Formats: sequence, C-alpha cells, structure tokens
Amino acid sequence: MNTDTKDRTIYKPQFIRGDALKIPTYRVLKQDGSLYKNAQAPEVDQPLALRIYSSMVRTRMLDERGLASQRQGRLSFYMQSTGEEATTVGFAAALDDQDMIMTQYREQGALVYRGFTLDEFMNQLFSNALDYGKGRQMPIHYGSEKLHFMTISSTLATQLPQATGYAYGQKLAGEGHCTVAVFGEGAASEGDFHAALNMAAVLKVPAIFLCRNNGYAISTPASEQFAGDGIAPRGIGYGMHTIRVDGNDILAVLEATRQARKIAVEQNEPVLIEAMSYRLAAHSSSDDPSGYRSNAEEAKWRDLDPLLRMKNWLLQQGWWSEEEDKALFEADRQAVMAAMKKAEKVGRPHIDEMITDVYDIPPAHLQQQLQDLKAHIRLYPEVYPKSALQLDAPEGVNRG
Amino acid sequence: MAKMNLLQAVNNALDIAMAANERVVCFGEDVGVFGGVFRATSHLQEKYGRARCFNTPLVEQGIIGFANGLASQGSVAVAEIQFADYIFPAFDQIVNEAAKFRYRSGNLFNVGGLTIRTPYGGGIAGGHYHSQSPEAYFAHTPGLKVVVPRNPHQAKGLLLASIRDANPVIFFEPKRIYRASVGEVPEEDYELPLGKAEVVREGSDITLLAWGAQMEYLELAAELADKEGISCELIDLRTILPWDVETVAASVKKTGRLLISHEAPITGGFAGEIATTIQEQCFLHLESPIARVAGLDVPYPLALEKEYIPDQWKIFEAIKSSVNF
Repeated sequence: MNTDTKDRTIYKPQFIRGDALKIPTYRVLKQDGSLYKNAQAPEVDQPLALRIYSSMVRTRMLDERGLASQRQGRLSFYMQSTGEEATTVGFAAALDDQDMIMTQYREQGALVYRGFTLDEFMNQLFSNALDYGKGRQMPIHYGSEKLHFMTISSTLATQLPQATGYAYGQKLAGEGHCTVAVFGEGAASEGDFHAALNMAAVLKVPAIFLCRNNGYAISTPASEQFAGDGIAPRGIGYGMHTIRVDGNDILAVLEATRQARKIAVEQNEPVLIEAMSYRLAAHSSSDDPSGYRSNAEEAKWRDLDPLLRMKNWLLQQGWWSEEEDKALFEADRQAVMAAMKKAEKVGRPHIDEMITDVYDIPPAHLQQQLQDLKAHIRLYPEVYPKSALQLDAPEGVNRG
Repeated sequence: MAKMNLLQAVNNALDIAMAANERVVCFGEDVGVFGGVFRATSHLQEKYGRARCFNTPLVEQGIIGFANGLASQGSVAVAEIQFADYIFPAFDQIVNEAAKFRYRSGNLFNVGGLTIRTPYGGGIAGGHYHSQSPEAYFAHTPGLKVVVPRNPHQAKGLLLASIRDANPVIFFEPKRIYRASVGEVPEEDYELPLGKAEVVREGSDITLLAWGAQMEYLELAAELADKEGISCELIDLRTILPWDVETVAASVKKTGRLLISHEAPITGGFAGEIATTIQEQCFLHLESPIARVAGLDVPYPLALEKEYIPDQWKIFEAIKSSVNF
C-alpha cells in the first residue's frame, strides 16, 4: 500500500500536526434522560433496560460495601468502579453471552450483568475455600469459565495481545464469537497495547478493544499519559475501525458495542472503542485522590453520574419509578451485606492447594516441598494454627 | 529410520504435530512462506495453509501474548522466537502470564497448549545477541517446563512431547549444531519423556552433566579423560525444569564426583542449582567438590568467543582436578 506510486505526492514539505485529527464523541442520552436532537435510541425493550440498570445498581452497591468492609479491615483490598458502570455494564449487554471478555480490574459490572452471583463475588473477595481461584490472588481478581470471563491478573495490558490470540482461535473455530478486551487509558501506554492492536489488525481477528479513558492512572492525569487526542486516533493508525463514545451514556455504549461486534464477527476485523468517563472513586483502597485532584472536578463529574442518567431515561419511558428505585438500592445493599457475612464464615483453602495447578500434575519436587512444609507445621502447630488442622489430604482432591 | 539433521528433525516434528491435530498452529517472525530464518518451518504453510502457519509482526511480547491467548482458547500454540536473545521482551508474558495462568485461575483457564521454540547458544560468531543461553532465567519460574535437546532424535521426540504436554514449555534448540548434528531419526510419530535425564554413557570415576550443544564438548572431554584412564559417566539432563534429580543423584552416589558444564555465565547459572541439590542429597558420597565449567560472567563476546566457550579442554582440566583432589 505504501509503495503504491499512486500515493499522493507532495513537492514541498508539509508536516501533519498531531492534533489534525479530532475524533468526535458519540452521544445519545442527555443527563436529564432525554435524547440529543439528532440521536436515535438503540433497540432496547423494558426487560433488557431493567437488566442493565439493575446490574449498574448492583455494581454500585457491591463497590460501596466492598470499600466499607476494606475500611473495617474485613477485606485486604478493594477497587471501585464508581462512575464507569455505564461502560462496564453497557458493553457486556451488547455481546453474545458466549463472547470472551478479558478485563483489567475495574469491570465488575460486566460480571454482574452476566450473572456472577454475590456469593461468587464474595468468595473471591474473601479468598475462601469456595473461591474459584483457590484464594491465590488478591481481591477483585475474578474469573469465570462458565461466563466466559477470563481470570483477571494485576499485570496491566497483558490481556490485550492475549485477546488478539483468543480471537484468532475463535476465528479458526468459526463459531461466530468475538473477544472483548477492556483496559484503562494508562494501560494503553504499555508495549502490549501496541503489540495487541497491530497484530489484531494485521491478522484480522474478531476482537473489540475497549478503552476506559477515565482521566487518571492512579495519580497521573491523562495529560501526563499521552500528548495526542486520547487513545482513539491510535486505532486509525493501526488501520482499525475506531469510535469514541460518551462512557457515561448507556445507550451510546450499547449501540457502539453492538455495531463493533457486528464488524468483528461478520468481517473478522478488530475495532477500537474509547469510552470517555471519569474515575469518581479513588484508584483503590490504598489510594487517596485528594492529593492530586480537586473536589470541584469530582463534583462536576458526580453531576454526570451514569446511573442517574439511565434512571432519568427509564422514568421518562415510564418503565421505572422513584419508589422502585429506592427499594432496589436498599434490597441490593442488604443482599451484598448478607453475602458478605456468609462468605466470611467459609473456611480458607486447604494447604494442599498451595502446590496444585502450578502444573497440571504436581511434580515430585513440589510434592516433597509440601511434605517438608507439613512436617515443619507439625513441629510448630501454634505458629500456623489454621493450617495445622489441614495436614491430612482433603477428600476428593486428585493428586494425579 | 531416516538420516536427518537437527533442523530437519524439528521440521519433521512440527509437520507430524500439525498433521495429527488440526488445532496445532505455528507462528512467529518469518516462519510463514519463507519457512523461518533457519528453515525450521519450511513447507508448513504450503501444507497446512496460512491460517495455521503464518508470519507475525515483529514484536516478541506480542507473539507470546498472542500465543497465551490462543492457547487459553484451546488451540495448540507453537510460537517461535527467532533467537533466544530476543525472548526478553516477552519475559513478562512468559513469567507473569504463561507460567501463572493455571495457578492464578484455580485451573479455570490454562495455557497448557503453549510451546515456545527458540534457537539458543553460541559458537557461531553471534556476539552478544545471537549467542545467549537464557535457560536459568526461566528455571526460576514455577509453572514452566524448560527443555533442551542434544541431537536430531531427541529434538523430534522431545518437541513432540513438549507440544502435547499439558503445560507451557520453552524448547531451546542448539543452533550451533542445527545442521552439524546428523543422525538416524524414526520417521514415525514418537515422544521422549519430559523431566527425565538420559545416561548417555556409563562410567565409574566421575559424573559429567550438561545439556544441548554442550553435550558435544562433554563427550570430547570424556574421550580425553578416557585416554588417561579416567572413566566418565555422561548424563544429558534434557529437561532443565522440572529436572531429574533422581538420575543425577544415583549417578553421583556411584561415582562420588560431579562436574556440571553449561555455556551460560556461571553466576546464577543452572549448575548452581544442581550443585546445591546434589550436595544436599549426596553429601556422604562426594569425594571432591562439585565442579562447574561454564561461561565467564561477561556478555557473550565476539572476537574472544573461543576463549569464552567452556570447551573440552577446560572440561578435561576440571575432570583431572576433581579426580586428583
């Protein structure tokens, strides 16, 4: 393509400025619940709208209670997604339930939408014996094979080239599924972002890359993250279909992702979506944003709350009432607290799980190390009181 | 049986793996129509199509990230890194992702279908970045298997086993002997076990241990020692992780002496791990300190390559020192 002599030639040097391409933002819904004049609402019926809205509310309650219990010392760590629920629930609602989702760590809304139960959330958060991850990873590193939600890891952007590879496998399988990889604007500075998008475009895979541009990577404002017009123009540079949407606008996120999925699955071509939003909460339970941003800035975005915007729309549709809304928030708050109490009472994973799953079958040296550890615990049971009770192999654990 | 060099044996293994299982996919830089810079993937695209054997953009972290995703989807991903020296951009995807994929998900997901093939080692005037032997970096990573063949027969059997193993495997191919090592190789499909060392030659005075291309120097040194009346037992470790402690310890209990040789720098090299373990397990049997004959702690040099390499003369000298201790 670049060697084609028909390419436009210039005879005087003309530099293209970095800001020559300003990508517009796709919006449908105003904060008061009405639509923009020329915008069209995507096809959404009442049951779907309420499933989306209740998932957003549940995500908000999960985050509210999750942070509170971290503050009480019940959880070691937590990360909220407050302010970004329209993005994280909206994209999931546009997918086929069999499509693979690979996320960063602030996308619990997608799991809620797919039906991950409160018990499943809590078992992971409390690292108990019922956690699918067997208590090995920090809180919020969820995963679900049956919901096609790849287990989260802390390493930023590593899931992006993995999504390209996963989508390539889906293309080979030919079953019409795609992969969606979600990441923040900070993660987009990693080398894996470049690797993933370039490979996806060249190898033509059915993948959607969804960037949550929420203005901050911990304390680093976007202005110190990149000099260009955000993340979206990079997609065009890689030769990809690209769109920027208002990430607090549930209808825009839903429609953009639906159309992106169509492109991915029907044309086997990747799409980049940049969803503009704001991280209303702290980065994590270990962070205090008052050190790097103003209350006024936060207040401005609190007025653009995506839950409020969707509620206003639902009220206008006549599909929802203030009473129902209040009841839903309260019921969910109670349900989250009840699940929390339940998960807290479940015991921790068996000590044998320390060596399983490193390989498919624990090799001899790992079995020896576990035996040595158990012999040590037998000598000092008072130092390791919890594992001292677990020195015999649990029933039903296959040692290979 | 057919006569093959080590490269042809690798190519043959890939061909057999792709024919036997349509989910096997080979990719990397220049592996497509060109067949790889060493020709290890010759004719595979022609035979199995572009969807199953293809070029990737030039980005190692992307190749392995892609491979992790493809393997987690259920495909059998055989990724090539052009030189082991260039595997480091993918270190994060290998160490933090591939190696921990099954463990961190509680076995919900895994990348067991992943094999990373990469030419390694010096002796070809490759300087800093076409000569390295990085196996020890990976030996420190639970969750990986690390395999090195020494000849064509092994290359085929171990590569087929690596591709079919349910864990991610890094398969280091000794490029110095890619064409020089020629031998009889069964034409049919066969596998050699991972995690098992091979006693190449029995002896009674000292155990010599190495892997990959270094086995050649070990054999030459054993011949020199033989002329002096020293009987050497030769062991090819074959798998660096998890390694066969039992076979090595049994040999050392018999001979009372151990020499380990590798081309990589000595400090932090895998010989250190072997020496410590054998010292723990065979303390009462050892008649001399465990000897390590390895590369110097320098970046791999170009002009002074001959001086750098732990060749048969350096090994021979160390054998004599050990026996005369």
